[in-house]
Amino acid sequence: MSENRIKIVEKILDANDRLANSNRQRFNEVGVYSINLMASPGAGKTSFILKTIEGLMADGVQIGVIEGDTAPVTIDSDKINAAGMPAIQINTGGECHLDAVMLENAIDQMDLSPLDLVIVENVGNLICPAAFALGTHSNVLVASIPEGDDKPYKYPNIYRGLDVLIINKTDLLPYIDFNMDYFRQGVEMLNPGLTTFAVSCKTGEGMDPWLEWLKGRISK
Amino acid sequence: MHELSVTESVLEIACKHAEQARAKKVTDIYLVIGKLSSIVDDSVQFYWDFISKGTICEEATLHFKRIPAEMVCLDCNHNYTLEDELTPCPQCGSARIRVVAGDEFNLESIEVQR
Repeated sequence: MSENRIKIVEKILDANDRLANSNRQRFNEVGVYSINLMASPGAGKTSFILKTIEGLMADGVQIGVIEGDTAPVTIDSDKINAAGMPAIQINTGGECHLDAVMLENAIDQMDLSPLDLVIVENVGNLICPAAFALGTHSNVLVASIPEGDDKPYKYPNIYRGLDVLIINKTDLLPYIDFNMDYFRQGVEMLNPGLTTFAVSCKTGEGMDPWLEWLKGRISK
Repeated sequence: MHELSVTESVLEIACKHAEQARAKKVTDIYLVIGKLSSIVDDSVQFYWDFISKGTICEEATLHFKRIPAEMVCLDCNHNYTLEDELTPCPQCGSARIRVVAGDEFNLESIEVQR
């Protein structure tokens, strides 16, 4: 190696990772559990959040929601506010994912102290969000039946980084050719033993085990 | 898709190290990118030409070293290279597999003029 060659060996997204750690620290300091909720557009992220808010209402769990969108709309945050919980809208200005800087800015605007749980709804996309850590305690993906059973094979990276997988819209199973065994084998290859909940946000079926799992994570 | 953010990070890291070394110019940048990281070389190059303008890294050549995806079977310990599609262990058929290599996403070194 010539003397003009400078060895670096640094992760390209190291700056994002460091900021993600600082976000995690801020959640930890106030005892708030945090989730990075990812999915393709239309998988039911917002419906799933609303169903989760509804399911935890009786236990008095306070939930803050951070909504990531590529356009300046408040459709999702309006729904959260209507459900009685605070929401912050992040407009990524066309960017295809949230990153740790955007989350830091959103946390600055949110009063975390009364909260038990923060759900970050990432931009609807199965590729880019997988590369950017936010610093949340868990990565959760909402997959849905109409998307098809081949998604783990086509978008492996997002499945590999998951802590929890939600399979939504199970009420549509009778109408759609979705091979659950094929789907689950793909998931198993990418993330052996991944915690998985099959739910229907429409009928509410399957939500209880997820809510129990979540309650076990919320410390306050 | 997210190559712009990635390219910006590459520029930031390269400039930081070049300045620390009191270099006048960066001529080459060596990146190591695993096959499993969803990054398109051409797209990084495209953004690079724009965002490196006016910096110490302007006109530096990007070199991409691709690392193949290596898997190991958790049941029979067989190592194998993943071609394009995600496949179970070719030896025992198990779906319990783990990535050994292919996740790399590093800036390995830069070549500078002092």
